[in-house]
Amino acid sequence: MAAGSTIDALGQFELHPVLGGLGEALRFSQSPLMMIVASVAVLAFLYVGMRPRAVVPGRLQAAAEICYDFIHDMAVDTIGPEGRAFFPFVFTLFFFILAGNYLGLLPFSFAFTSHVAVTVALALMVFVLSVIVSLKVQGAKFFAHFMPAGAPAALAPLLVPIEILSFLSRPVSLSIRLFANMVAGHVMLEMFAAFTIMLAGLGLIGDVLAVGPVVINVALMALELLVGALQAYVFAILTCIYLREAVAH
Amino acid sequence: MGKETDSSRHAFDRRLKQAMDRNNPDLAAQATGQGGDMTTVGTVLRAGTEMVAGLVVGVAMGWGLDRWLGCRPLFLILFSLLGGAAGVLNVWRLVRPQDALEDKPDPQAGPDR
Repeated sequence: MAAGSTIDALGQFELHPVLGGLGEALRFSQSPLMMIVASVAVLAFLYVGMRPRAVVPGRLQAAAEICYDFIHDMAVDTIGPEGRAFFPFVFTLFFFILAGNYLGLLPFSFAFTSHVAVTVALALMVFVLSVIVSLKVQGAKFFAHFMPAGAPAALAPLLVPIEILSFLSRPVSLSIRLFANMVAGHVMLEMFAAFTIMLAGLGLIGDVLAVGPVVINVALMALELLVGALQAYVFAILTCIYLREAVAH
Repeated sequence: MGKETDSSRHAFDRRLKQAMDRNNPDLAAQATGQGGDMTTVGTVLRAGTEMVAGLVVGVAMGWGLDRWLGCRPLFLILFSLLGGAAGVLNVWRLVRPQDALEDKPDPQAGPDR
């Protein structure tokens, strides 16, 4: 991607048709392909992991059970007993994002979570679900939340718009956070990889110096592994927090 | 034999429980400490976007209302300020002390007061 002496840090996010003529006809790009790969990977992991159904689990089964327990505890602890109903949703969200972030780190792969269209769709799903649950559980009382308790009525014209904007900013912050973190990470990886190539063109001294960016990229890869898991976790925990507020009476 | 195993198991359970009770404060503190670490990293990563998100929504809404109602700068200015305030409110919600969260009256108390 880094051709010659220019750094094309954003070229890696371009979509282009895959799978030859069929992909061309269907406008099928890497993004949906990686989504399918991520979904299949998660399903295969759970299916293969849980197939032994052993009382004393093997490694893969233990991993699958830990994943299940982790999200189950998160959903029930955060949302409360009603959290069990939302557990499948949170589980799917978390592992879809996690698999997307991690698959995107593989060479020749593509991180679909680095596209704002994808993260906005995910965040809107969470937002619309939480609004529907709020309206269903709380009814018209839901709208009373936009007036902070104990505030003087004279301040309502100022406070209510602020509360509404704060509420509406939830899907924006959810989607921007995930997308921005993934883009920033991949741009940094690309930049340091390009530095290596540029330095290697400088002759002997460049060959020595070019080791530096490679070392930094190794460290960045570790950071990206952390960020990928952390962003999936933050997305899932915020989903739980929003749903807790929705089911609270 | 069976009785002996039984009683010794009970004794073991009791001792285990005592040991766990003894260690409980430590364990609990450790657990919350670890949770706190994870939450701290999450909080730091969240704070910036929370603030920007409020502003983005405010500016977008003001721009949209201006476009719709044709009074160019009015709503943009108004909603930019409100959006900035909403961003600060988001950050405050994130970083406020947890006892303030406990003090928060339940939603039913809101309209009455």
